[in-house]
Amino acid sequence: MINLRPPEAGVSNGRRAIGSALEKPAKIDARGLRFSYDGNHEVLKGIDVTLRDRAVTAFIGPSGCGKSTLLRIFNRMYDLYPGQTATGEVLFDGRNILSKSEDLEELRGRIGMVFQKPTPFPMSIYENIAFGVRLHEKLGKAELDERVEAALREAALWEEVKDKLAQSGLGLSGGQQQRLCIARAIAIRPEVLLLDEPASALDPISTAKIEELIDELRAAYCIAIVTHNMQQAVRVSEYTAFMYLGELIEFGATDDIFTHPRNQRTEAYVTGRFG
Amino acid sequence: MSRLSRRRWTSRIAMLLSMVATAFGLVILAAILWTLLSRGVAAISPELFYLDTPPPGVAGGLANALYGSAVMTLVALAIAAPLGVMAGTALAEFSGRSRVAAAAGFLNDVLLSAPSIVIGLFVYTAMVVPMGHFSAWAGAVSLVIIALPVIVRTTQDMLQLVPGSLREAAVALGTPRWRVVVSVVWRAASNGLLTGILLAYARVAGETAPLLFTALSNQYWNSDMNAPMASLPVVIFQFAMSPYDDWQRLAWAGAFIITLTILVINIGARALGTSKHS
Repeated sequence: MINLRPPEAGVSNGRRAIGSALEKPAKIDARGLRFSYDGNHEVLKGIDVTLRDRAVTAFIGPSGCGKSTLLRIFNRMYDLYPGQTATGEVLFDGRNILSKSEDLEELRGRIGMVFQKPTPFPMSIYENIAFGVRLHEKLGKAELDERVEAALREAALWEEVKDKLAQSGLGLSGGQQQRLCIARAIAIRPEVLLLDEPASALDPISTAKIEELIDELRAAYCIAIVTHNMQQAVRVSEYTAFMYLGELIEFGATDDIFTHPRNQRTEAYVTGRFG
Repeated sequence: MSRLSRRRWTSRIAMLLSMVATAFGLVILAAILWTLLSRGVAAISPELFYLDTPPPGVAGGLANALYGSAVMTLVALAIAAPLGVMAGTALAEFSGRSRVAAAAGFLNDVLLSAPSIVIGLFVYTAMVVPMGHFSAWAGAVSLVIIALPVIVRTTQDMLQLVPGSLREAAVALGTPRWRVVVSVVWRAASNGLLTGILLAYARVAGETAPLLFTALSNQYWNSDMNAPMASLPVVIFQFAMSPYDDWQRLAWAGAFIITLTILVINIGARALGTSKHS
């Protein structure tokens, strides 16, 4: 695969790009973030974390530590469920997206999300991508075709589906479906991509393709990925946040978190002694 | 007796009883179909489809009743299907766990099991009496009331089968809620929704009691919705009870046609329900 990353991040392993990545501007800044599913029990207990632009930030931690919950705050997904409340601040390019006046449809057009289970819509491969684009832009047929092709190419799926764009997206394999979902998310040109265990339901080959894809996408997007696979965090991310029981225990360069963790629990987790 | 052999015997006896129960049900069904087939097929002739219901002793058919049944059920479904799908959608997608939704769902279930004769009497009092005459409109309205709760319930059930992850995926693209429902959820459940409408059709196609009180019947061809209209079930009811052989033969033919239609619709609904989404 051709390496499309710009020279400043042009080291094949994300960890070693850290020196230049540090200067990258913050894209999302969470401050004192608290979250509750029912109004009583807090599952996030004051999180401060920064997602930098054009970099991959990994969230690791044992099940139930709140990492997926945190991701779902960044695009206000929790708004779907009455009773779930987030307090604190999440600054997206400086503006607090937890504010009640936030236009959620516009926000979600700028902050895309890919889920653990592939979720192709029950429509053709082409329509799966065009659907989201039409929500946010009025494009002519030719432009829309171009956009669909570009998204599929970017998601490394074009060669596999170019002759069957009119077929149902449900007919693809699991790995292809997940790349279709990534294509769908990037087709609307978001600035941030939230990936919630995007490869955990996939076989090793599909997982490798998704990871290569993340490596390509880091050049253009601010990416946050939740993963249970620590090797994956090491492979794809520049920054890693370790969470435990709703708290952010340690946050820093992926290299540091995995080789010189400052916190004992981080060390225990990344060395596989609990989790 | 060892514990193992006791278990084996218990299993055998339970299996035997289940098979007897199954056979009992199947034998009754087969007997009904056989009677219909033997008497109905003999009575089938081309005249059925172009001659109207005759006086006793005169050659005739069921054309007016077939037409009346088709028109009243189709008008009823044209009203009940959109209403039912929208009400089911409101219950499944937009009202969450509110008390109003729970109450509406419960009332719908009550309506679902309401005796059809009560619905006939209700429409008689609410429409036929004020209008001063029986009419096909009143017949169609009583069928709407029977079809509606069937469609509401299946719509609600089918939409609840659509995984929440699909809704979240659509929402995550910045899709407005109504658009999520129309373009993604309805589409994912489209076979199920169609199944519900077909089942409602099968349900109303054989209804007699509500039509007796509302559309009455009509010996002649009538295409005026404001006048009494013949329908297959009512004609079967009248003719089967009569002492005339030729009327009874027509009743068997009608019963055969109705059963065949409902069988085909049910099989179609089942096939749609189990087929993979295209």
